[in-house]
Amino acid sequence: MARTLKLVSGVEPAMVWHADTALPAGTDLVVVPGGFSYGDYLRCGAIAARAPIMDAVRAFAAKGGLVLGVCNGFQILCESGLLPGVLMRNQQLKFICRDVYLRVERSDTPFTRGYNAGQVIRVPVAHGEGNYIADGETIARLEGEGRVLFRYSSPDGLVDPDWNHNGAINAIAGIVNGQGNVLGMMPHPENHVEAVIGCTDGRGLFAGLSDHFDKAA
Amino acid sequence: MKARVTVTLKSGILDPQGKAIEGALRSLGVEGVASVRQGKVFDIELEGTTDRAKAEAALKAAADKLLANTVIENYRIEVVG
Repeated sequence: MARTLKLVSGVEPAMVWHADTALPAGTDLVVVPGGFSYGDYLRCGAIAARAPIMDAVRAFAAKGGLVLGVCNGFQILCESGLLPGVLMRNQQLKFICRDVYLRVERSDTPFTRGYNAGQVIRVPVAHGEGNYIADGETIARLEGEGRVLFRYSSPDGLVDPDWNHNGAINAIAGIVNGQGNVLGMMPHPENHVEAVIGCTDGRGLFAGLSDHFDKAA
Repeated sequence: MKARVTVTLKSGILDPQGKAIEGALRSLGVEGVASVRQGKVFDIELEGTTDRAKAEAALKAAADKLLANTVIENYRIEVVG
């Protein structure tokens, strides 16, 4: 993730330790990357969501700062209350490690401005607990407010149970909070940014964010 | 003081792990299993208090803040003495 941020934006990201209590001055984007945290004991991301640094992340988000959580980062953002819902065990009970297709639902957000609405991108997933659920009211609100930014789909953009790898409700792969400044997603766009890897479909997310900050500056 | 916090999935929440265990029990020939739901049990020792109400308040805080995700889980607190 850090490599991708540097590669696409040209700016070296600062690493922040989980036990820190403040973000570096001038932070414009907080990224909670994937991996595993605290062994993912109890529930995925549950303990990391209560780490000392998370109060600063919540305060940053409350002021409108952009926050991106990928994979374990998405789980942490849900557990921290920054995003609604929960990532449950994959419906098929298997760890899924493969490329998936995502339909980008809208392009008018800082996270998706590098894509066109309806565009399908290919990015990898690697998770055992990515099956997004929330109560009916929350799902209705997410859908009604257009807060689902990425959905698992076929290469042609068809949303169908066959392409919904982990069983997530409404094939949800990524959502934003009510203010639209916190994105959580299970797939790893940061792993598809270089031609040498064979696919650069993930680059749009970071290039879009970079554009967003350039325009704002 | 000893206590037990039991965390269970709310009804209506799909429990793939419970389903897998249910299937395994059937394949073992265990009869009469209608369904299985998997939960968690936390045995907690408390120190510095003999006040039951205080202990229950602390355990409730523990469950709400960390032990259970109340979006999908319920919990039950028992102070066992």
